[in-house]
Amino acid sequence: MRDTTVKIAGVTFKNPVMTGSGTFGSGMEYQEFVDLNQLGAVVTKGVANVAWPGNPTPRVAEVYGGMLNAIGLQNPGIDVFIERDLKFLEQYDTRVIVNVCGKTIEDYIEVVEKLGDTKVDLLEINVSCPNVKEGAIAFGQRCDALEQITREVKKYAKQPVIMKLSPNVTDISEMAKAAEAAGADAISLINTLTAAKIDIYKRKFVLANKTGGMSGPAIKPVAVRMVYQAAQAVKIPIIGMGGIATAEDAIEFMMAGATAVAVGAMNFVNPYATIEVVKGIEEFMESQKIERITDLIGCVQ
Amino acid sequence: MAGKKKVLAKVVKQEQIANGIFDLWLQTDLAKEAASGQFVGVYPRDKSNLLPRPISICEVKKEESILRLVYRVQGEGTKEFSQLEPGEDIWILGILGNGFSKEEGKGKKVLLMGGGIGVPPMLQLAKELEAESTVILGYRNEELFLKKEFEPYGKVLTATEDGSVGIKGNVMNVIEKEQPEADLIYACGPLPMLKAIKEYAAKKNIPAYLSLEERMACGVGACLGCVCKTTKKDHHSHVDNARICTDGPVFLAEDVLI
Repeated sequence: MRDTTVKIAGVTFKNPVMTGSGTFGSGMEYQEFVDLNQLGAVVTKGVANVAWPGNPTPRVAEVYGGMLNAIGLQNPGIDVFIERDLKFLEQYDTRVIVNVCGKTIEDYIEVVEKLGDTKVDLLEINVSCPNVKEGAIAFGQRCDALEQITREVKKYAKQPVIMKLSPNVTDISEMAKAAEAAGADAISLINTLTAAKIDIYKRKFVLANKTGGMSGPAIKPVAVRMVYQAAQAVKIPIIGMGGIATAEDAIEFMMAGATAVAVGAMNFVNPYATIEVVKGIEEFMESQKIERITDLIGCVQ
Repeated sequence: MAGKKKVLAKVVKQEQIANGIFDLWLQTDLAKEAASGQFVGVYPRDKSNLLPRPISICEVKKEESILRLVYRVQGEGTKEFSQLEPGEDIWILGILGNGFSKEEGKGKKVLLMGGGIGVPPMLQLAKELEAESTVILGYRNEELFLKKEFEPYGKVLTATEDGSVGIKGNVMNVIEKEQPEADLIYACGPLPMLKAIKEYAAKKNIPAYLSLEERMACGVGACLGCVCKTTKKDHHSHVDNARICTDGPVFLAEDVLI
């Protein structure tokens, strides 16, 4: 039996495969396709202290090898989320990571405090959504702001804290170091790359929000590079993501330094993608005679 | 319900039935679950075009496991579909969406209104309804695709934008002229047409079911890309935003803000 377990901040995951926040709801919509028990973790869509309506439509657009989204973090607010989404996820033998968003530090703290008494395993703090005007990315593009919110959240969080980093920065290693210095237990990257698409016949942006976040296989090489740079800069574990479609992609991220990985936009393309990545990793370990998946972490030369 | 699946469907036949409009017959077990107003996601093979294309179901033949899709070539993905040959396989995701409520039309005078590429989904509905149907179809020009196939199911009236056949204008011009009696409306078509029907139905105080469209990603209710403003609290996010792919695509006109 090969060992696929990984550990982040003292929490053991049965395998390193997670879902990218915002691409899997809270699992309800994908339970028809995927046995959630087989996932390392379900990472939920971002949830705020109150319900957010999100942006006007069109909110999504396709681009070469990927897609743009500007959903704007539509969510039902933490109270409904705890009552409905967390209750649903409690039925499953998988780890639950809740993605937390907010406009102000107080918003984030309110959510974090309410999650303190739940069975949630870890918190992922969204400081990198490019599609909302206040909060979110405003905290994720400057080292001092990132350090401040990380410190504040850590003061109130009962669960380990993952800071989800934006790729829309000059130096990802500086951001990774800032999160680590402020007490983050782990970091996850990359969130989407800010992008735009223009309809040349209408002379208009395709997305109502004009810009959106790009995801999908086209961004994978950028994400692998950033995960590698972050892994060189910090000691805390990294959850790597950005265009993962197959087990080969996932293994690439782990070799670059990720302890775990997340499948994001590819859930929309292939609703079975997460499970196929889990199975593919097992097959790779078998064929390559790898005893422990952790032997692959950061092994790139 | 057997649940949603991503499966390989086999192309039975395909032909062009009007300029840029294609008639694709697929064999798939998903047909057994399908009903009017629902749709499938069709995947291009070219991996640079990742997302499934939402295409409404034009006709279902359950006993032969056939789904008929009539679509317009709109971009790279649908252009690729238009080149599919009999015997080829294509990945589809389905069955998606809620479909039309037929029970409500039972024994009533109903209007089925289809405009442009909104015509195809009305065909399966016309077949399923046990009602006194008047079908109003709006086209650009004399290429009246599918029109003949509606004739066994009710009185068919047409409008063309260029005035070449039927009444010049759109489906609302047909209503103005013919003043058909109706207890209930079902409609699919471009947004200005659906807005006009919503207004008309409110004035006449009759219910109207509208099939909406929006740019979609997942098709299964997870990404929250294809929302529509609603007059009531939606059950997902409680922010008056219904998901067209799962809460729709068919909505009662009075429930949506379009």
